[in-house]
Amino acid sequence: METLEQIKTRAELAARGAKIDIVVNPGPSQQSSLLVDSAHAVAVAQFLRDHAALKFDYCSNVTGVDWLDRVVKKTAKVKQVVDGVEKEVDQTTEEKISGYLEAVYHLYSMQHKHGPLTIRMRTANRADGARLPSLTPVWRSAELQEREIFDLYGIHFEGHPDLRRILMWDEFVDHPMRKDYREPDDYEWEPTPHDDVLERAKQHYTPRPALDGAEAITEKTTPSPQSSP
Amino acid sequence: MTEGQIDEGLRSELQRQGIWVTSMQELYNWGRKNSIWPLQFGLACCAIEMIATAASRYDIARFGGEIFRPSPRQADLMIVAGTITKKMAPQIVRLYNQMPDPKYVISMGACAISGGPFKQGYNVLKGIDRYIPVDVYIPGCPPRPEALLHAFMELQRKIDDQKLTGANKAQHLEPGQPSEFPVPAFGEHDLEPPANPDVFQAPKLERV
Amino acid sequence: MSSRFDGELLEVSMGPQHPSTHGVFRMNVALEGEIVRKLKPVFGYLHRNHEKIGENASYLGSMPYTDRLDYFCSMTNNWAYALSVEKLAGIEVPERAEYLRVILAELTRLQNHASLLGFLLSDMGAWGTPLMYAFREREKILDLFESLSGSRMMCDYMRFGGCRVEADADWLGRAKKIVDLFPKFLDEFEQLILQNEIVIARTQNVGKLSADLAINAGISGPMLRASGVNYDIRKVDGYGFYPRFKFRIPLGDHGDTYDRLMMRALEMRESVEILKQALAQIQPGPIVNPKVKIRAFRPPIGEAYGRIEGPKGELGFYLISDGGPNPYRYRVRPPSFINLTVLEDLCLGHTVADVMVILGSVDIVMGEVDR
Repeated sequence: METLEQIKTRAELAARGAKIDIVVNPGPSQQSSLLVDSAHAVAVAQFLRDHAALKFDYCSNVTGVDWLDRVVKKTAKVKQVVDGVEKEVDQTTEEKISGYLEAVYHLYSMQHKHGPLTIRMRTANRADGARLPSLTPVWRSAELQEREIFDLYGIHFEGHPDLRRILMWDEFVDHPMRKDYREPDDYEWEPTPHDDVLERAKQHYTPRPALDGAEAITEKTTPSPQSSP
Repeated sequence: MTEGQIDEGLRSELQRQGIWVTSMQELYNWGRKNSIWPLQFGLACCAIEMIATAASRYDIARFGGEIFRPSPRQADLMIVAGTITKKMAPQIVRLYNQMPDPKYVISMGACAISGGPFKQGYNVLKGIDRYIPVDVYIPGCPPRPEALLHAFMELQRKIDDQKLTGANKAQHLEPGQPSEFPVPAFGEHDLEPPANPDVFQAPKLERV
Repeated sequence: MSSRFDGELLEVSMGPQHPSTHGVFRMNVALEGEIVRKLKPVFGYLHRNHEKIGENASYLGSMPYTDRLDYFCSMTNNWAYALSVEKLAGIEVPERAEYLRVILAELTRLQNHASLLGFLLSDMGAWGTPLMYAFREREKILDLFESLSGSRMMCDYMRFGGCRVEADADWLGRAKKIVDLFPKFLDEFEQLILQNEIVIARTQNVGKLSADLAINAGISGPMLRASGVNYDIRKVDGYGFYPRFKFRIPLGDHGDTYDRLMMRALEMRESVEILKQALAQIQPGPIVNPKVKIRAFRPPIGEAYGRIEGPKGELGFYLISDGGPNPYRYRVRPPSFINLTVLEDLCLGHTVADVMVILGSVDIVMGEVDR
């Protein structure tokens, strides 16, 4: 399989105006991905499927990912003048990235037996801008998986032949896989509640008995040796 | 001699003479407990152990449960085997309502008892006893086929103990007892109602 | 639903409680007489939010949940997940562990394919007798799993960097005995089932799937190979030690239901070949990589997609790690779910009775479809 840089240059030539970035994967798996912009995604996808050297005819997996607003700290060495001497100092910059939803596609080629190629698309934001073009007209395997992403994450895929909920019932309004989803209070008795289960269970405790002066008697009495259990 | 019971010594003496004495209750319960027809209804992994119980090694046919009926109108026993999701719960209550009296429910596996390993779930119902009454619970994930056979025998013992007359008579013979339960509806965030208060009360935690 | 279908057609909802839907699966079919004109599947009756639990549990804590995805094949599910985490964290697996993984995966494939043929024939009206034969063999293999890992079905056997329990020479001897007797069972089974004239009449030319549609729709596993596409992940990716074994890949000519059945029968024979070679080649050694931490296991930041050839198709796990003890995103690529993309195309124009046969040949497990 060609390297990501080669694929990126070819795709940018084929789909004129496409903006493709390489998202480097820092881990040991060496599966970096291409970030494709929404406007040209279908053209890039068709190029990847049809080009003779690439022939990515098999879309194996379509995933949705939810990224909340986050702050990324970057430390870089910067030349600064300290006490009249030019030194290299660590400068930490904080970059605020606003949240978005993402759709990740894993592509393989059955003809050339190579892969995987990972491509990603990001939405503008997590609210009304959660729209992406559907790649179902290019790879039919995305049909049910994009419906699932719509159901669980709320990304609206434009051009999908039948976009409706697939795993939850139709009257459901939330998008459960989002990181800020709160489950309904489906109270279940726990013999030893703990952590956030304890917090939620506190709503179901019996009310505390009213103070009627009896607690004063208990505090004043000194415990005798026989009274310990 | 207790009410309705025949002295065992007298009974065996008569049997040696070729006379078989019984009571209506014993005959009725004997017939029912040895021919329980389960509903062919498996949800998830526990269903495979249920099928393995019905297969040749752990034969459930010797207990009378050979014929798994596909239709609820012909079944006595619903073995709820597997995780119950909120999407599936109304169908289960409907199936229970369609079964004719007397009917029994075995809750097989941790998921059917209380949600099991999937308890933290937006789509998982924490136990089928929130909507319908359950007779026998089998813990396990999945319970072995022997555990299901043990539960079957427990159910047979329970049926044997049911009385036909008197204050403690069996539920299906009481005219006022409901045999159908309301079916929950799909709400916007959860099922409505989340539990049936006539069937299930969550115990309150004591504040100390 | 009714507003989108014709008024002339009869709408029937098959499922979720139906003896032949292989679990809680529902199909809304619109019939003209007995012929299917539209078919819309409804999923979600077993959606147990496995992926959300994966985000809240640690990496090792998700391993028992992977058993419950495709509940027939817990060993291969465990292997797929362990493979993905090993890709994510760059962990190596010792030799004996790889051999054990191959042996258990092929045993799982044997009992899965045998059970599938049994279930499919029950759907066709054989009322459970082939299922009894299949379950007889399955019980023998489950006894092996139980003595090795402690549980018949939910084995939870693989760990990141190896396996959990050592398989001693006694266990390997028993496995070898079962593998040696398996071809005799296969001969008997094939003669009863695949040369049966009712099976041939009901499955040939029913539910034809063309190779182009199969590739485009993401079909994988025996269903893809029945349409003639030569793609088996054991040969393509060469994970585990599969390149060391000699085995063939059966391919189908027509892509109909009979070819899909034959695929499973032929693959069982190839699995027996792999098992014989693996059991002969396995050597003593460590079964787990000692450098892998069990407590506080934190893979480096990054992502990985790992896949294996499960008995039902390509089972893949996509994991995104943010450096913490829990994955940031945990995704299962379910083969049964994606193989159902083409269910409507396969069933159009056939009768209601054929729908059950076609559904049976797709080989779905609802634990995987809905997760």
